[in-house]
Amino acid sequence: MSEARIDHMTYLPDMENIGSEIQDKVIAAMESYDPEKYTAEDVRTALEKDVITPEDYGALLSPAATPLMEEIAQRAQAETRKHFGNSIQLFTPLYIANYCENYCIYCGFNCHNKIHRAKLDYSEIEKEMQAISSTGLEEVLILTGESRKMSDVEYIGEACRIAKKYFKVTGLEVYPMNTDEYRYLHECGADYVTVFQETYNSDKYETLHLAGHKRIFPYRFNAQERAIRGGMRGVGFAALLGLSDFRKDAFATGIHAYLIQQKYPHADIAFSCPRLRPIINNDKINPKDVHETQLLQVMCAYRIFMPFASLTISTRECARFRDNSIKIAATKISAGVDVGIGGHGDNERKGDEQFEISDGRNVKEVYDAIKAQGLQPVMSEYIYL
Amino acid sequence: MEKDKLIIGGHEFDSRFILGSGKYSLDLIKAAVENAGAQIITLALRRANSDVDNILDYIPKGVTLLPNTSGARNAEEAVRIARLSRELGCGDFVKIEIMRDSKYLLPENYETIKATEILAKEGFVVMPYMYPDLNVARDLKNAGAATIMPLGAPIGTNKGIVTKEFIKILIEEIDLPIIVDAGIGKPSHACEAMEMGAAAVMANTAIATAGDIPAMAEAFKKAIEAGRTAYLSGMGRVRDRASASSPLTGFLRD
Repeated sequence: MSEARIDHMTYLPDMENIGSEIQDKVIAAMESYDPEKYTAEDVRTALEKDVITPEDYGALLSPAATPLMEEIAQRAQAETRKHFGNSIQLFTPLYIANYCENYCIYCGFNCHNKIHRAKLDYSEIEKEMQAISSTGLEEVLILTGESRKMSDVEYIGEACRIAKKYFKVTGLEVYPMNTDEYRYLHECGADYVTVFQETYNSDKYETLHLAGHKRIFPYRFNAQERAIRGGMRGVGFAALLGLSDFRKDAFATGIHAYLIQQKYPHADIAFSCPRLRPIINNDKINPKDVHETQLLQVMCAYRIFMPFASLTISTRECARFRDNSIKIAATKISAGVDVGIGGHGDNERKGDEQFEISDGRNVKEVYDAIKAQGLQPVMSEYIYL
Repeated sequence: MEKDKLIIGGHEFDSRFILGSGKYSLDLIKAAVENAGAQIITLALRRANSDVDNILDYIPKGVTLLPNTSGARNAEEAVRIARLSRELGCGDFVKIEIMRDSKYLLPENYETIKATEILAKEGFVVMPYMYPDLNVARDLKNAGAATIMPLGAPIGTNKGIVTKEFIKILIEEIDLPIIVDAGIGKPSHACEAMEMGAAAVMANTAIATAGDIPAMAEAFKKAIEAGRTAYLSGMGRVRDRASASSPLTGFLRD
């Protein structure tokens, strides 16, 4: 690498700094979290409690809890049904551009990866949305690579305005931005913002995110808080499991969401549970020690710790795992997924995918699979206010 | 016994069971309504806003819709949802739910009073969900509420009427139907509310999470009828202690 690495903990000019109160608490909690110290007894005690404390949450994520997965799943299922009934929300992601200025070594979109880059123009976005809408979906998640230059805030805003014509709910998974920019996108029709912190271990983070805005750890960390301040209704959290110690990362993710909920009690809270996937030009990437059992453990721990939070299961996972996870903990599932640029409507695929997906079922197939389990697919439960 | 009617905003109902609809599969709604004998069903308007599998298509004809404003975080949002509900043809009943807390979903009493005042003036039959506070209940009545819907326990907890003493005060003091909402976890809780003199009971999670939803709906129906009959019959006193025959005042007769 010829480029000099900048300090990943120092804000760049134009990055709004809202302070680090929550970040300091999350990092401190994660550093003092020792997954090895818990016993099966601690886990059982936690499961018997009505209200789960952060300490109990740590026990549920520990290796000692893994052999108790059946009991954990039972409790998670009870919480899910109590708070969400039988409802399972459906949505699909729409990638409108894959230009990226970041160099994240595990991501297919990284700026040094030689892939086909593309950006949909407004009429192409509209065609894609029409095609998605015709499948019956009413919620869309707009994604871009992280390039402010190629996908500026106005471009994303226009995509939100188009989305408003076709969908009841619009979410965003784009680069972190300032409060006033979130406010603008909310006015354009977006209401949910998800930002993956990837890993909460800032030393590890530094070695994975070598260049670009994303390298600035605290700016990314505080994105959800800025989004809420900008008027967004809900925010999503995730660590990309497998990048670092997944138990510590999951613990930090939960504590992050917990503290945001305490500070902004009106905000809707959501979790995603991505594991590492192979990417174009690097098929060796694997989620190390995060097997399906561990992934389910993390999902159940999120559910039991914050039973009211929405929990999305990714197409990174296979149909069997996804269909079972909605019985237990997940409340939201994507369908008809394409993680490349273009390809939903008559548009030809213009740009390559971010990662490999494992569940290529269309909306009808996922809908039927939900019904077959006695659950209720829900396209939208939402009014934009 | 004379015909015992529940009257809300000038509308008469024979059933005192208000069924929630938000948590179960749509194909089960009809059976649940029928077995519950329910004449009023609540639905989140945000759920009736969908073009695919719209809940409105599953609710039997003749049942009164009680759209709620869940999702509203203040009076203004609740008012907008209520107006939208009327535009969508969901009628004039509205249950006001205003929450500023995604964790416990506790009602925001202050904003609820404001929304009640606006919507009652617009001719809605306003049924506010509230935290049982006598002063708030009086304000809601003055604002034009048709009923008061105090919570028994936080939504979805199935813990029963943990706010019992406060709901009793509302029943005693407020000259409107008091409908116990939220927290009712089993038929015996519903029965208890009715024995206390509640005008009706609303339940959702308790039925939605039952193994056999239509059967549980029926169990609730019976419990509510039993509780109502007991209340109307004038229950005998239940005493905690055995009573001695005049050990302290017997001397007055000496």
